[in-house]
Amino acid sequence: MIVFRYDKTYEGLLTAVFDAYFRKTFPEKLLGTDDIEPMFADESFAVITQPDKAARVWRSLEKKLSPGACNMLTYVWLSEEEGCDELLFQYIRKTVDSKRSIETNFADEVVLKIHKLAMKVSKERLRMIQFVRFQKAADDIFFAPIAPDHNCLPLVIDHFKDRFADQKWILYDTKRDYGFYYDLKTVTEMTLETSALFPEGKLDEVLMAEDEKLFQQLWKTYFKSMTIKERINPKLHRQLLPKRYWKYMTEKQ
Amino acid sequence: MNEAILEKLKVLAESAKYDVSCASSGTTRKNIPGGIGNAEGWGICHSFTEDGRCVSLLKIMLTNYCIYDCAYCINRRSNDLPRATFSVSELVELTIEFYRRNYIEGLFLSSGVVRNPDYTMERLVRAIKDLRTVHRFNGYIHMKSIPGASEQLVHEAGLYADRLSVNIEIPTEQNLKLLAPEKDHISVYKPMSFIQQGMLESKEERRKFRSAPRFAPAGQSTQMIVGATDESDKQILYTSAALYQRPSMKRVYYSGFIPVNSYDNRLPALKQPPLVRENRLYQADWLMRFYEFKVDEIVDDRYPDLDLEIDPKLSWALRHPEVFPVDINKADYSLILRIPGIGVKSAKLIVMSRRYGKITGAALKKMGVVMKKAQYFITCNELPVHTVHEASPEYVRKVLTEKKLPKSKLIDQQQLSLIFE
Repeated sequence: MIVFRYDKTYEGLLTAVFDAYFRKTFPEKLLGTDDIEPMFADESFAVITQPDKAARVWRSLEKKLSPGACNMLTYVWLSEEEGCDELLFQYIRKTVDSKRSIETNFADEVVLKIHKLAMKVSKERLRMIQFVRFQKAADDIFFAPIAPDHNCLPLVIDHFKDRFADQKWILYDTKRDYGFYYDLKTVTEMTLETSALFPEGKLDEVLMAEDEKLFQQLWKTYFKSMTIKERINPKLHRQLLPKRYWKYMTEKQ
Repeated sequence: MNEAILEKLKVLAESAKYDVSCASSGTTRKNIPGGIGNAEGWGICHSFTEDGRCVSLLKIMLTNYCIYDCAYCINRRSNDLPRATFSVSELVELTIEFYRRNYIEGLFLSSGVVRNPDYTMERLVRAIKDLRTVHRFNGYIHMKSIPGASEQLVHEAGLYADRLSVNIEIPTEQNLKLLAPEKDHISVYKPMSFIQQGMLESKEERRKFRSAPRFAPAGQSTQMIVGATDESDKQILYTSAALYQRPSMKRVYYSGFIPVNSYDNRLPALKQPPLVRENRLYQADWLMRFYEFKVDEIVDDRYPDLDLEIDPKLSWALRHPEVFPVDINKADYSLILRIPGIGVKSAKLIVMSRRYGKITGAALKKMGVVMKKAQYFITCNELPVHTVHEASPEYVRKVLTEKKLPKSKLIDQQQLSLIFE
């Protein structure tokens, strides 16, 4: 069995593809730099991430795949699911080896798996757009903590930047402990020093803007009065509004 | 903005919640410099109430005072319930502050009729005009057009709203007269045609000048109450089909009747709202809009009502076994769409993938086809299967509607049992 080691970055993965074609040996397993080697590894090769090699692989993919399919690959990478790198490797290999694009051959297992995983991430991306709730802080910054399953915050920045162009906001991923700050001009990545500011997903009351509590109250009231009691359906409710997000949603707090 | 608004919001939301429509789709609009908000073509739901309905727009009434006395409506004038009215500035602030917190996608503004239709309509138009021009709000706005309002006001509303709607409520005129003697269908169809006219004119203008104003770019919708009167599904669906003929009509909503005024004996006494029937009507509606079905294939004189036990597509398939089995690897897209258990998504996947090679049953399953249903209606280049012809439609129907017993109640087939009578 041939094993490749790389630094678990997207560029690293693309470099691994380059090296594999260069060496004409293809790994059966992709490992991180510090992972334990499997028992029956014949050969282990350490990939050194090189941006120019990665760029070459990406350029050739762009030639063969539609922009939609290229996006899909990025989505799959951001899913951070176990084994998604090996899946991507197989997909890229199939693409490179095939004369024409394989992206719509859903009878192929790898293509279908990639498609499904990308859909999963895209679905959560949509959920971020739907369910993120901003709380106005005293310094006029709108703050929204959230804990998505996949690393999909980078995918929603453009949406929020266009929509809330005239307000400062922070989107914060509490699970991965990083976020994005918009200062009316550009979006920058940031990390908060302490997460004590928002215990239980709610901004501390001391930090809230003056009228924030009132609007939260108003929204909760509105949400409650919209329910038609004759039609209550808790199962459907949980299906559409998964419980894991409730912690961060004003109306469910 | 203070605590007093809390009570108002509660009253006016309670009054507005029975309107079903809440879509925020159909328009794509970028933000403008110095403005707030945008609109995405596909629509975004921001929350879901405990009854499983989506909350996309701030669905609210400007006022719930009303001069009419319609039997099916909670806001009828003879009802003794708290009444309130928003001022324009209150409404605008509420909308914008909710929007800034990502609670909503925009505003759904409706109103009870005060004084006369034109007076009410004018107040609604003023509110959304304020929101768009003074506050540069770019989010989605859906406005109810008041039945009987003048053409001029409808035209002005179309300049600011994304979608306009007028509710038919009761599909036949004679039943409408029974429940709402002060209303008639003309007052509903007239504003509908005003909206349509405005849209077509604006489209024509925009062909010549790109900067010509858009008119209700997301079209119009309407709503019918199901189960309050004795219309058959055929009458309801034929009405919808006729409405969908108009290019501006995007959605017809069906609202299972909820007895809000149980004391009125013109209305049926229902224990529960007809939720299954409502669901079947929506399925039929989808068949017309996305599955290339014609209305007379779904309901006709022999089958005036939809089958509550099975969905309308399966019911059509069982009535037309001669069409099946369909060869997955050869049939047209439109025929694949007609197979029970295959939806728009999987039909598209199938058509795309079969260019690369034959598709097998196992691959179909992985693509998301519901094989439990589809197996009786397809062939896919494999061993002969038990299709609807061999099994007979009656058998397929029986198998698919059978309720599954929990394992503990299943009888062990290998155990011999004697029946004593």
